[in-house]
Amino acid sequence: MLQGTLIYGFINSVVLMLVALGFSVTFGISGVANFAYGALYVMAGYLSWLGLHSLGLPYWLAAPGAVAITAGVAAMIYWFILLRVRGLVVSEVIATFGMGLAILELFRYLGFIGFEYTLPPLIDASVMIGDTYVDAQRLCIVGAGILLAAFLWFFTHYTKTGLAFRGIAQDERTALTLGINADKVAAWSVAFGAGYAALAALVILPLGTIAVNEGYNVLVNALAVCIVGGLGSTVGIIVASFLIGFAQILTATYLETSWMMLVSLVAILAILVIKPSGLFGHQKQLEERI
Amino acid sequence: MSEKTILQAQDLSKNFGGVKAVDGVSFSLRRNEVLGVIGPNGSGKTTLANLITGFVKPSRGKVIFDGKNITGMAPYKVADLGIARSFQMVKPFYQLPAFKNLNVALLSPRLRRLSGGRFGDRDAMAKDLLEEVGFERDSWVITHQAASLPHGYLKRLELAKCMALQPEIIVLDELFSGLSLAEVASMVPVIEKLVAQGKTLVMIEHRLKELFRIADRVIVLNFGQKIAEGVPAEVMEDPQVRGAYLGSEAEE
Amino acid sequence: MAQRKERIDRGIKVRSDDVFALTSWREMAYLAFPRVVPVVLLFLLGAVASIYWERVLVTTCMFALLAISWDILASAGMVSLGQALFFGVGAYIAGTLNHYFGISPWLTIPIATLGGGVVCTLVLLPVLRLRGIYFAMVTMILPLMIERVIEATKIFGGTEGISGLNTLGNVHTEFLVAAVMVWVVLFSFRRMMSTDYGLLLKGINDNDRAVMSAGMNIYYYKAQALFLSSAVGAFAGAFMTHAYQFVGMPVFALDYSIIPIASVAVGGAGTLAGPMLGSFILVPLSELLRGLGGLRVVIYAVILVVCTVGLPEGIFHYLSRKYNQFERWVKVER
Repeated sequence: MLQGTLIYGFINSVVLMLVALGFSVTFGISGVANFAYGALYVMAGYLSWLGLHSLGLPYWLAAPGAVAITAGVAAMIYWFILLRVRGLVVSEVIATFGMGLAILELFRYLGFIGFEYTLPPLIDASVMIGDTYVDAQRLCIVGAGILLAAFLWFFTHYTKTGLAFRGIAQDERTALTLGINADKVAAWSVAFGAGYAALAALVILPLGTIAVNEGYNVLVNALAVCIVGGLGSTVGIIVASFLIGFAQILTATYLETSWMMLVSLVAILAILVIKPSGLFGHQKQLEERI
Repeated sequence: MSEKTILQAQDLSKNFGGVKAVDGVSFSLRRNEVLGVIGPNGSGKTTLANLITGFVKPSRGKVIFDGKNITGMAPYKVADLGIARSFQMVKPFYQLPAFKNLNVALLSPRLRRLSGGRFGDRDAMAKDLLEEVGFERDSWVITHQAASLPHGYLKRLELAKCMALQPEIIVLDELFSGLSLAEVASMVPVIEKLVAQGKTLVMIEHRLKELFRIADRVIVLNFGQKIAEGVPAEVMEDPQVRGAYLGSEAEE
Repeated sequence: MAQRKERIDRGIKVRSDDVFALTSWREMAYLAFPRVVPVVLLFLLGAVASIYWERVLVTTCMFALLAISWDILASAGMVSLGQALFFGVGAYIAGTLNHYFGISPWLTIPIATLGGGVVCTLVLLPVLRLRGIYFAMVTMILPLMIERVIEATKIFGGTEGISGLNTLGNVHTEFLVAAVMVWVVLFSFRRMMSTDYGLLLKGINDNDRAVMSAGMNIYYYKAQALFLSSAVGAFAGAFMTHAYQFVGMPVFALDYSIIPIASVAVGGAGTLAGPMLGSFILVPLSELLRGLGGLRVVIYAVILVVCTVGLPEGIFHYLSRKYNQFERWVKVER
């Protein structure tokens, strides 16, 4: 029982982390809070479903295709919409929020609801860990989570684009004088975050059906983790997802499954009282205007 | 602490993630003097102003104002006690006409206390203040939208905002930067008048020539540390100071 | 030879800015026209409308209130993505008071207005210390979460909600209350925003450091703005609860967040009247588009994006410019 709780708590935490990473990456680099994040996540799911079932593509083509298209759409949202209101926080927030809403509700309108909208698992098997039964897809999630987090770290520390990302994140003006095109980097960062969302969707969605409401859930979860962990801090994201992830599973096991949402709410309210900028947030209270 | 001392900084330090922006700076400010703070770019001058006025909490050290420990106090409380400051980057309330910018400052609880609970006619007070800092009375500039005022006027507006608070100490962060010689020359009398009224001034400046005409004493910062203190002429003879400034303002 | 468009205030506008207006009927009419006509028009519309459209007008007024409440917050630098929070809290307070304690709507609505204001202000108080998008994030997430929590814990009727609440009387009474309220709120807050107190709130939005260095506790003033705004939102929620005779999870739905923001985007932010105008365009429009079903929200969202990016000025600013200024092309010497 305890072992199972621990294992499922771990998996749940990695799911939360996967969901929040992309949002946090984009924000950390370019300061764009992509409220269309949940919509992009769901879109990746539907796109790969369409690729598999409507076009009859093989999985190895449909899945990367969906990731690429999702990232492309995100870049286009930046380039054609956000770029025009860059720096106006209100407009940025409202524009991404509106785009996300439009995408999600369009899917709903087009009738993408039902049990047939599922993605195939990567490996259809299950294993026993100790005396706990775990299906292979959940192990894939853990693997993907660790891989993606590690890749992010490697990417931002050792590649040229990644270093440009960090340069922009630290001081946009200085980066500009070093010949880094801030708009391009910001577009890349939005696409990059969306790509992470799409990858997360591909590994997580096989656990259930692809549903429009999942888009809102994902956004809520990502925001919850980011608020608790501190915006833009990768360490904060990881710590916060494990805190909330384990707390949720513990609640589900020992209290009631339906109370899981209460955990995030309580976590947010508690963190707001204790340290409003999040566990690892270095959000300055006055000086920065993001 | 002698009775003439109004503000004292003891061992003030601030680290920004390993970088020592201000490192163990101590000084005392006498009532009604003009203290210049100079130093090369990035030597911690603005951080020092932020530390005094509460915008940044010190990692170590104390600030004592009028015998009261104000270390780490919220900026609005510091201002309320009577330390006004200007910002290097002028950011007026863009949507408002120039004089309405001051109305916000004139709503300050400090002023209400000083004037015995009444605010009075804020529009008129604002216009008076603007005239004092060199806006032409009854001209278009006073009612003009702050967003499109020339830089020189914005700097004056910034100074007027400080004066509106009727403070004891005014901390001026690079008031003269970006102004023409003529504009600086026209602002010097305003500052001299403030001194004559008994105000105490801390001036962070790059324009050494103008500063030295006003300042009674200067302290020199380099890499966050105080490297010299004294009357302007002496300080500039200091070899360490010359070294820090080599090839820059020292030759002006 | 290049040309440049020049905009100049009309003479009558300049004269009316001062007290001289009181000496001339023409100038007084100039000032009164844009204020009196919409007020009269709304009451006339209410008088001639069918019961169905009168109900639509009531809903419109409530969305207008939500949009105004959004704009009050935004003027003080707080961008909310969750007016539904204010709306929902007000709705649940009124609903539970009426259902469990049998208090009359004429009392529950004022209690819910003040209570909702207090509750929302207390919940959001810690966020006020943070700048930027934190406020938007927290306000977005809270209504969605509360919705889920009500579903999970089955408090206040759970998913079923509470139905059979008392009404204010017939739809005419509702319309009168709604219309009077919307005008009172609009004009009093517009008045407030043009006083020095309003300047202070706008100042916090423009440059909070400057306000701080004038010795003012900006969090105190932000909290006041938050209270005013959430009280207006809570009123709308409480009122609609009694109009629908029902309170349930839908009061925290995204509609109540998104339509006010879309109204602001259409009407123009920062004027309070603009958002109201926006709601009076969008809400009746959405009634006409009822046949489109789910596509309505898509259309809202697209309008929202297009207006935010393409027409940042908004209709109200455009109209007020046309009314107060004239334009002409002047030649510019190169």
